[in-house]
Amino acid sequence: MTKSNFQLELRTSPHVKRGVSVERIMLHVVLALLPVAAFSVFQYGLSALALLLTTTATCLLAERGINRMAGRESTLGDWSAAITGLLLGLTLPPSFPLWMAAVAGLAAIGLGKALFGGIGFNVFNPALVGRAFVQAAFPVAITTWVPAFSAERFMGFIPTTFTAPLMTPPDITAWAKQAVDGFTGATPLARWKFETYFTPAQDFISGAATASAGESTAVLILLGGLYLAARRFLDWRIPVAVLGSAALVAWAFQLYDPARYPEPLFVILSGGLMLGAVFMATDMATSPVTPKGVWIYGALIGVVTVMIRYFGGLTEGVMYAILIGNACVPLIDQYTQPRVFGAQRGKA
Amino acid sequence: MAIPGQKELTALENFMEGVWKQNPIFVMVLGMCPTLAVTVSAVNALAMGVATTFVLVCSALLVSLMRRIVPKEVRIATYIVIIATFVTIVDYLIAAISLALYEALGAFIQLIVVNCIILGRAEAHASKHPPAWAASNALGMGIGFAVALFALGAVREILGAGKLFGIALFGPDFQPWVVMVLPPGGFFVLGMWLLLFNWLRTRSPAAGAMKPVEGHGHG
Repeated sequence: MTKSNFQLELRTSPHVKRGVSVERIMLHVVLALLPVAAFSVFQYGLSALALLLTTTATCLLAERGINRMAGRESTLGDWSAAITGLLLGLTLPPSFPLWMAAVAGLAAIGLGKALFGGIGFNVFNPALVGRAFVQAAFPVAITTWVPAFSAERFMGFIPTTFTAPLMTPPDITAWAKQAVDGFTGATPLARWKFETYFTPAQDFISGAATASAGESTAVLILLGGLYLAARRFLDWRIPVAVLGSAALVAWAFQLYDPARYPEPLFVILSGGLMLGAVFMATDMATSPVTPKGVWIYGALIGVVTVMIRYFGGLTEGVMYAILIGNACVPLIDQYTQPRVFGAQRGKA
Repeated sequence: MAIPGQKELTALENFMEGVWKQNPIFVMVLGMCPTLAVTVSAVNALAMGVATTFVLVCSALLVSLMRRIVPKEVRIATYIVIIATFVTIVDYLIAAISLALYEALGAFIQLIVVNCIILGRAEAHASKHPPAWAASNALGMGIGFAVALFALGAVREILGAGKLFGIALFGPDFQPWVVMVLPPGGFFVLGMWLLLFNWLRTRSPAAGAMKPVEGHGHG
């Protein structure tokens, strides 16, 4: 996102410009996310709605509770906790039990944000910290997928949604098969990795591809990103660097062995790369501030994502790639400081 | 025997020091290696706590008895030999009592030798106090250590396996939190307990009395 809210301009008065506040930026990010969330509910029905509401409510409650415990003023008004909750919900599978989603929300705000001192001080993207926590705690539930557009998605919930707290969710393989005919229960990335099956690109555009709640809506994510970039609430270079580097690496691999490696478009559209590149890698507190650093950071995320997908044990690597990118931000910022005009090289 | 510049403690305060005010884990954050490594279950944690307490009390007693005859220059080496003696005893004892526990605790029993709480107590307390005082202070420290280990082990076992002391608490459908029995779980739970302790300490009206005591700095 933009480096500073204020610009130094040398001209006659008035000198003071209206600064763009944190609240306003965050509110617009929420607005840009709403279509993605709405489409997710349209795809997966009541369960997705309950999931998104749960993560958002838990994040807001955790933020409020921690502020009260620490004796600080409420920071709910800056919308950042709402974004964390909404993003977290969008990265979870639609069948994710609500009590686990609440654990993820608590971990996101508690571990990912409050521990570092609240908004602006967090090293890692809070939503991804929450997701990483539940990925480590509940590895089975977070890789249990359900088909989109099942006929009865607005009549009832997915059986796992209301699993009693602390209990194992029921097996829904049979339910998913009956809900949508021919459902395989694997994401396009898993199918590519284990069956070398290339899911056609239109599945990602239409939302038919099996994925987390908000991952298979490339067009809406891009539109939200374009809107934010146009309003200068988001640094366009980060998503371009992430997607560009991922596509470049994928293209090189495909050139090497077209039968084994998918085309760049598949790599960009599948999994959470689009959502991560547009809405998570661009988190202002956890991305570099220098112009050169932004490109390095974005490229690092894109390359690490493809490396994890191609050579790692996991089928999807966006989450860890962004967290690794976040961890490198202070280093990147330090080594890409622009030269101060007039200063000589090698002298402080 | 009072140390110059330090407030004289009553017998109870001397004992309670390690349990609460100078708790080795929650206040001084010492002995992190066994704390994080063996607290995957309540039994392991408690066994490690009891073993460490035994070594603490015995070594404190012996160090205190020998405090006038040990030359200052070789005191650390002497303490280590004393501590290692008792660790060897504990090592064989645990192996004789329960082989399963012995295997679960692994190298961490032998590593009690380098537990900084024990050497720290010997250097900072036992070598400067008469035997009864040294032993009761060491016992308090040991209890504080064991209680803290148990607090970690219990949470990690309840969430990580749905059990406490091996007894299932939630029935067969319990969903284990895999992360809790992995190393990150140890850090998370320790952090949560430290948070709770610090919060309680800063809230209590006697917060002034909770400031770290000078002259007890050891790692």
